[in-house]
Amino acid sequence: MADLNPITWWRHMLSLPNTSPAKTLIVALLVALTCGTAVSVTAIMLRPLQQKHHERERQARMQELLKSLPGMKGLIDDAGEVTLQCVLVELATGAIIEVADPLSFDQRAEAADPRANFDIPASADIAGIGKRSRRAPAYLMRWNGKLKRIILPVRGSGYQSMLYGYLALEGDLVTVAGLTFYAQAETPGLGTRIQEPAWQNLWPGSMIADDQGNLRIEVVRGKGTRPYQVDGISGATRTGTGVTNLLRFWLGDYGFGPFLKQLETGKIDP
Amino acid sequence: MTRHIELVVRPIIDSNPITLQILGICSALAVTTSLSTALTMCAALTVVLMFANGIISLIRNHIPPAIRLIIQITIVASLVIVIDQILRAYAFELSQRLSIFVGLIVTNCIVLGRIEAFAMRNAVWPSVLDGLGNGIGYSVILATVASIRELLGTGTLLGYTILTTVRDGGWFEPLGFMLLAPSAFFIIGLLIWLVRSLKPSQIEQSEFRDLAQGKEMRS
Repeated sequence: MADLNPITWWRHMLSLPNTSPAKTLIVALLVALTCGTAVSVTAIMLRPLQQKHHERERQARMQELLKSLPGMKGLIDDAGEVTLQCVLVELATGAIIEVADPLSFDQRAEAADPRANFDIPASADIAGIGKRSRRAPAYLMRWNGKLKRIILPVRGSGYQSMLYGYLALEGDLVTVAGLTFYAQAETPGLGTRIQEPAWQNLWPGSMIADDQGNLRIEVVRGKGTRPYQVDGISGATRTGTGVTNLLRFWLGDYGFGPFLKQLETGKIDP
Repeated sequence: MTRHIELVVRPIIDSNPITLQILGICSALAVTTSLSTALTMCAALTVVLMFANGIISLIRNHIPPAIRLIIQITIVASLVIVIDQILRAYAFELSQRLSIFVGLIVTNCIVLGRIEAFAMRNAVWPSVLDGLGNGIGYSVILATVASIRELLGTGTLLGYTILTTVRDGGWFEPLGFMLLAPSAFFIIGLLIWLVRSLKPSQIEQSEFRDLAQGKEMRS
């Protein structure tokens, strides 16, 4: 008897013993379908909202970093003299690439694009990121035409997540003007404290290199004693090591090193 | 009616999921460094518990025993993902601080424990109330532990300064140890001790009772 009425069919299915293989299969399928639909629908419906938050967080961190830099207040007062310029840097050579709109460059998209990204040699990949984009944005702040500050996007592996942030250097290119992180998923209460102002305020004034020009910037356990040492967070040693490594990577030869060298020697004056 | 009230009230002290059943300890360690994260986690867990208990109870008569656990976990995991997504969309700051712990609700033994022990055998409404009661019981302990840890670890509560720290010119030297996971173990241990001193009926009988009695008889 072929009864195609779905209600009768449904009743028949429900009346099957729970141990029957047919019912087991049907229940498994229905549960999987319902749960899958619920998860996909929420994920897709809420995605635009979540992306807006991420974008806002990034912008806010950038603003916060700009504002937290010492001397910014005075600069803002005579705003006519200050210019903030975004340039796109070819990381391998350190040259500035002319593009129409460097602000719209999406570094994460390029780092994820197999045709455009760059495989970092394993021995040099201290930040643990695997691949990086070939180009990266840098923000140059000038005061009366003189380079005052430079802001670089940085990222690297922390203890259990990728840390995304901005590093600001003074015009001398060795003094740190500020460091901020806008995205991370470290241990709450420990590693996540790298996002707190109390820790970020330790950074301004520290040096990235010693007098000989060797990269020495480091998050130490406990209190730092040298100009290139920054106090670590107790209980978050590995997050601190991650920060050390990502800074050394992005300031080194495979990061913004060539660009900084060019700026320093005056070879380029964007 | 009284039975319903009892379903909600009993798990708060008398059969508290953390202090009596010793379940859900891992998240209790992880999110209790500050009160605000702990409260969000409590709300998320309570909602998951109520929904999971309700849904499972709704289909309890049609869950094939061969795939019982898989079905339970699939439903709990989906609920957790949905809640995580909602938090990311509407409470972005909090979701950043809770990071992976909301996702880990699915491994929280309380959820599976209540489904197996209660929802599989009871009607929908009592199951939802049981979820609510256990959620509150979990929340009470988490809030207590988080208050102690945040107050002694940083001198603040919900971000407001209560004890001015030495660094800010006060007298209070924060106990860095309170921010590390082991301190939560000690605090939960002390809480269990306190609850069992007040309610001796909760003290478990020694597993080696017979042996001990035998010794007495011999001596």
